[in-house]
Amino acid sequence: MGMLDPLKGFGVTLSTMFKKVATEEYPEVKKVTAPRYHGRHQLNRHPDGLEKCVGCELCAWACPADAIFVEGGDNTDEERYSPGERYGKDYQINYLRCIGCGLCIEACPTRSLTMTNEFELADDDRRRLIYTKEQLLAPLLPGMEAPPHPMRLGENEQDYYVHGPELARRAGVPEGRIVETGTEEAGR
Amino acid sequence: MGLEEKLPNGILLTTVEKLVNWSRKTSMWPATFGLACCAIEMMTTGGSRYDIARFGMERFSATPRQADLMIVAGRVSNKMAPVLRQIYDQMPEPRWVLSMGVCASSGGMFNNYAIVQGVDHVVPVDIYLPGCPPRPEMLLDAILKLHAKVMDEPLGPARAALKAERGERTELIPSSVRYAPRGAGK
Repeated sequence: MGMLDPLKGFGVTLSTMFKKVATEEYPEVKKVTAPRYHGRHQLNRHPDGLEKCVGCELCAWACPADAIFVEGGDNTDEERYSPGERYGKDYQINYLRCIGCGLCIEACPTRSLTMTNEFELADDDRRRLIYTKEQLLAPLLPGMEAPPHPMRLGENEQDYYVHGPELARRAGVPEGRIVETGTEEAGR
Repeated sequence: MGLEEKLPNGILLTTVEKLVNWSRKTSMWPATFGLACCAIEMMTTGGSRYDIARFGMERFSATPRQADLMIVAGRVSNKMAPVLRQIYDQMPEPRWVLSMGVCASSGGMFNNYAIVQGVDHVVPVDIYLPGCPPRPEMLLDAILKLHAKVMDEPLGPARAALKAERGERTELIPSSVRYAPRGAGK
């Protein structure tokens, strides 16, 4: 025990006053999450606005918490929502069950389902936390048209998947940009 | 108070209501009810990086008798449910419950015989917070949304009946939008 030990404590306090504050200013400054953060889901679209979801229910099967409900429907030539035979007629995710593990994203064969960086989901009603297809669908970007409409970018669904990126360029999506665009990017 | 119950409908203490609600929301002491992994995030929220004290939640109350907000963080087993109810009953009025994480809100991925499928089977829940576990910002967002609800709470049964009649609901805006600095953004 030295004589100056009690003063040393004050020294620590004093030097901390000049250090950078560790506190995040969260509600005023929005927290930017990691780019691959597991936030709210999104159902993506093809460059012409058709939905990518084919209603295969693989996401619902992969979900360990049984949070996803999918009901497939048949496309017709008059009423087409996605290229190919089937589309997701009804799509619901219960955010009071979803644990954000991302197994649904891994299971999705058409990369229709992805996750956004949105995380402010708290609500006071259980019913409002079951997100429906309208809430989950990606916003329409310029050049997109709300379905139902016929296939604009090819003869059949093979064209959409095999020449996907090429078709997107031709439809006006710039090089290096992806079509899986969330609300934040759409606003830019 | 009792005064607001005797007053007729025409005389409303709106300013007093605002003042009361403001003082309730700006000094809302949480009771810890950490049951699982969500409690780790809750403790982090109390730490210096997220600093829950910025919102008037100066200290996590270890006794329910000095707490206003119960943060149920984690899965509630059937054996824990009566304990949870007792803690809730010991809290003084007015009291609020925040169901943190999917397990507390609905049972989450534990859909089995041991876990209560949603803490609202046991206590009334004011705000549900999804996530597994929710990050500290999500908890702060839920608390701020609850603050907005508290600010709209009616004072006394006459006002409550009036509000129920109108069917009003507090708009829950994401906190980063609600508290965005003026002039910034799009």
